Amino acid sequence: MLEENEPAIIASLREDLDKPELESSVFEVAMLKNSVTLALKELKHWMTPEKVKTSIMTFPSSAEILPEPLGVVLIISAWNYPFLLSLDPVVGAIAAGNALVLKPSEIAPAASSLLTKLIGEYLDSSSIRVVEGAVNETSALLDQKWDKIFYTGNGKIARIVMAAAAKHLTPVVLELGGKSPAVVDSGINLQVSVRRIIAGKWGCNNGQACISPDYILTTKDNAPKLVGTLKQELEKFYGKNPLESKDLSRIVNANHFARLSKLLDDDKVSGKIVHGGERDKSKLRISPTILLDVPRDSLIMNEEIFGPLLPILMVDKIEDSFDIINTGTKPLAAYLFSNNKKLKQQFVATVSAGGLLINDTAVHLVVHTLPFGGVQESGTGAYHGKFSFDAFTHKKAVLYRSLMGDAPLRYPPYTKSKLRLLKVLMSGNILGIIRALFGWSKA
Amino acid sequence: MSCESPRTTMVQLEESLAELRQTFRSGVTRSVAWRKNQLRALIELLRDNQDRIFNALYQDLGKHPVEAYRDEIGAIIKSAENALSCVEKWMAPEKRWIPLLFFPASGEVVSEPLGVVLILSTWNFPIALVLEPLIGAIAAGNAAMIKPSELAQESASFIAATIPLYLDCKAIKVVNGGADLSDRLLQQKWDKIFFTGSPRVGSIVMSAAAKHLTPVVLELGGKCPAIVDTFSSISDMKVIAKRIVGGKWASCNGQVCIGIDYILVEKRCSSTLIDLLKTTLAKFYGNNPIDSSSISRVINKHHFGRLHKLLKDPLVAASIVHGGSLDEEKLFIEPTILLDPPLDAEIMTEEIFGPLLSIITLNDIQESIEFINSRPKPLVIYAFTKDETFKKQLLSGTSSGSVVFNDTMVHYVCDVLPFGGVGQSGFGRYHGKYSFETFSHEKAVMQRSFFLELEPRYPPWNDFKLNFLKRAYKFDYFNLLLLMLGLKK
Repeated sequence: MLEENEPAIIASLREDLDKPELESSVFEVAMLKNSVTLALKELKHWMTPEKVKTSIMTFPSSAEILPEPLGVVLIISAWNYPFLLSLDPVVGAIAAGNALVLKPSEIAPAASSLLTKLIGEYLDSSSIRVVEGAVNETSALLDQKWDKIFYTGNGKIARIVMAAAAKHLTPVVLELGGKSPAVVDSGINLQVSVRRIIAGKWGCNNGQACISPDYILTTKDNAPKLVGTLKQELEKFYGKNPLESKDLSRIVNANHFARLSKLLDDDKVSGKIVHGGERDKSKLRISPTILLDVPRDSLIMNEEIFGPLLPILMVDKIEDSFDIINTGTKPLAAYLFSNNKKLKQQFVATVSAGGLLINDTAVHLVVHTLPFGGVQESGTGAYHGKFSFDAFTHKKAVLYRSLMGDAPLRYPPYTKSKLRLLKVLMSGNILGIIRALFGWSKA
Repeated sequence: MSCESPRTTMVQLEESLAELRQTFRSGVTRSVAWRKNQLRALIELLRDNQDRIFNALYQDLGKHPVEAYRDEIGAIIKSAENALSCVEKWMAPEKRWIPLLFFPASGEVVSEPLGVVLILSTWNFPIALVLEPLIGAIAAGNAAMIKPSELAQESASFIAATIPLYLDCKAIKVVNGGADLSDRLLQQKWDKIFFTGSPRVGSIVMSAAAKHLTPVVLELGGKCPAIVDTFSSISDMKVIAKRIVGGKWASCNGQVCIGIDYILVEKRCSSTLIDLLKTTLAKFYGNNPIDSSSISRVINKHHFGRLHKLLKDPLVAASIVHGGSLDEEKLFIEPTILLDPPLDAEIMTEEIFGPLLSIITLNDIQESIEFINSRPKPLVIYAFTKDETFKKQLLSGTSSGSVVFNDTMVHYVCDVLPFGGVGQSGFGRYHGKYSFETFSHEKAVMQRSFFLELEPRYPPWNDFKLNFLKRAYKFDYFNLLLLMLGLKK
């Protein structure tokens, strides 16, 4: 389906987001193919029951953990990567053997209708369905009883999803976002760092990605150099007039354009723009914008930006950045650019986020051996690779016993000697067990 | 702030929570030393206070010390010792393979504590079901607030009085109270809520958690069936009867989430099974079980009334084949066996959670799969059978938290197996390493260096870059090389 319809997918993304072909092809098609290939290759291995060793308490016995599908699951996806964020969880749900309903986002209508058409044509329609629609349809879906709900989106809707799931005791995976910081230390290869930041920020759907760097933390001394390099590399990538660049996505709709404009028009930050700031309302375009030294109580620092604006905060000592990160809610990702080994260790030990990435941005997303998911405000549950399979699987514990080896001490009537024997038996002390069996124990 | 009495008002609650947050932020709970010290202190608490625990459990539930030791003290000491010896291994970051494309890079998964967690416990194992999750919370390095069930009053006061004496009272706090306290606790923001109890309250807990996006573990129950296949050997049948009686009445008199709720058996075997159950019951509890010290009583009047009501239905009353006597004053209900009560009666639609055992007869034991599947998913399915094909059919054809063949209850002490429900019986799992995982966030960490820049990652985009990235995603290194050398279009 992905191979035969790549041009159609790219066209629909042009329509919804004016997403550059390369971004569509790489993030939405190639990454998905990669997921599917991995699942196909590893599936048998994932499905194999895991044998576990039992203890002397239950001797003789054997035990295993058996993966079984949860049943019928609901996947609600988002508009920024309408194919990837719909189909990547679908791959996990199918691999785990579930039936499913997918609800793509109505904010990317072309992608949504293409998904409906393609899934209908290529997949088993008796067990895999797509439901299109907006708030009413989603509410109706949430009233139903599901065996799992996998939601990608924002914290506000996530609360509604979880509350609806609570009525039916349905477990949820919530893939949310948050303000993912990038800490930039001095004494590093600034050009490479900046290019990697740009790739993760504007090269990911023009900042409309949950793992894009949301803001940068750097020292006062380092800031001017950093801004200079950012400007220089941005021009190399997107030219002198980025509003016209074919290599940048547009803002998804007028609502989000207005939301981002409001962040820029906030009195506290409007004087802080050091690069970009151009907007074209009719084409829904905002150029890559850098703001230096924004106050922490400004609007832009108090909600997830999810767009092409990048504020830079300045700290006296680079270590202070970790405190700033930890005073906010836990982000989905946190990035550090540094060559300082101690600083790296401190970063890993003290900063809590869904995932940490040192000296790059966003690429941890494609590493299927790492779980991808948030913590606290950035979500619950993880997926990618085997974690996707696990997210849609119940691990059933199975214990096999025989009818031999029945110890009378388990059963009533209870006596003091049974209590003694039990104490040593549960301590697993062989000598003690023998002593107690012969009545020599004093315990 | 002092440690002594449990606090209840909202302001006091907020103060306690603030102190827990402060402690967690200070980082003390993260160290291996703190975790091990707390686990050691917990073991010491149990060893020092056995008689007080025996007494509290006797007061609350009429539990015999052997049962109390087996199900509560011994099981928890064992868990804590296991956690103590494994915690460092569990904490160690796990290295992960990173595709060559990102060379040089390294990846690992680091388990970090979630923060401040809330443990809402229940009354049937009022010590064990408080401490078992607490072991996980401590091992994972969290601060914790515990609310024992107010229905097991003596045990709850024991816990509130003793925990501060042994454990770090700045990081682990106990509050006692009823539903109104639970409400107030649930209004606060936690980093995880671990709830053991009924589906009804579980749903309330999860709705409250949704406001703060707090992840929850719900350990619920359900109607756990025991399937008894046809056995020709009478000695086998005797063992089965013993294990059934053990799994039904010998643990808190049936007030257990993994207790047998009903039995499925072929018609032709039911009378043998009933006879054996009766003789086993007599052997265990004598002819007058109400006088036996080896059996627990019903927790309180409310539950006594609930169980009594189940038996009042005339069609259900007519199906009693053993027992059925009740003593309201002593809150005692005799082990009672019912043969084929109506399937639409409450006794077959609600979780029994008491000393009543229904036996449902089938024409063919194969029908048991359909029978179980037409009801909500139970926490555990027990099956007594030697038929390997049937075992396989049962495993793939039904869904439940766990499956145990040829025994009852013993999976609870197997800490290599995850313990938890699915569907109506809850979600999330614990015991052994799973408890640690339940209270940890698995943080993905990837490190790269500044060498080896792949130019095609960056705009402006062109066809070469597209081609490059497509191959890169397939990890097709040979063609990548050709492409870079300009040998391939």
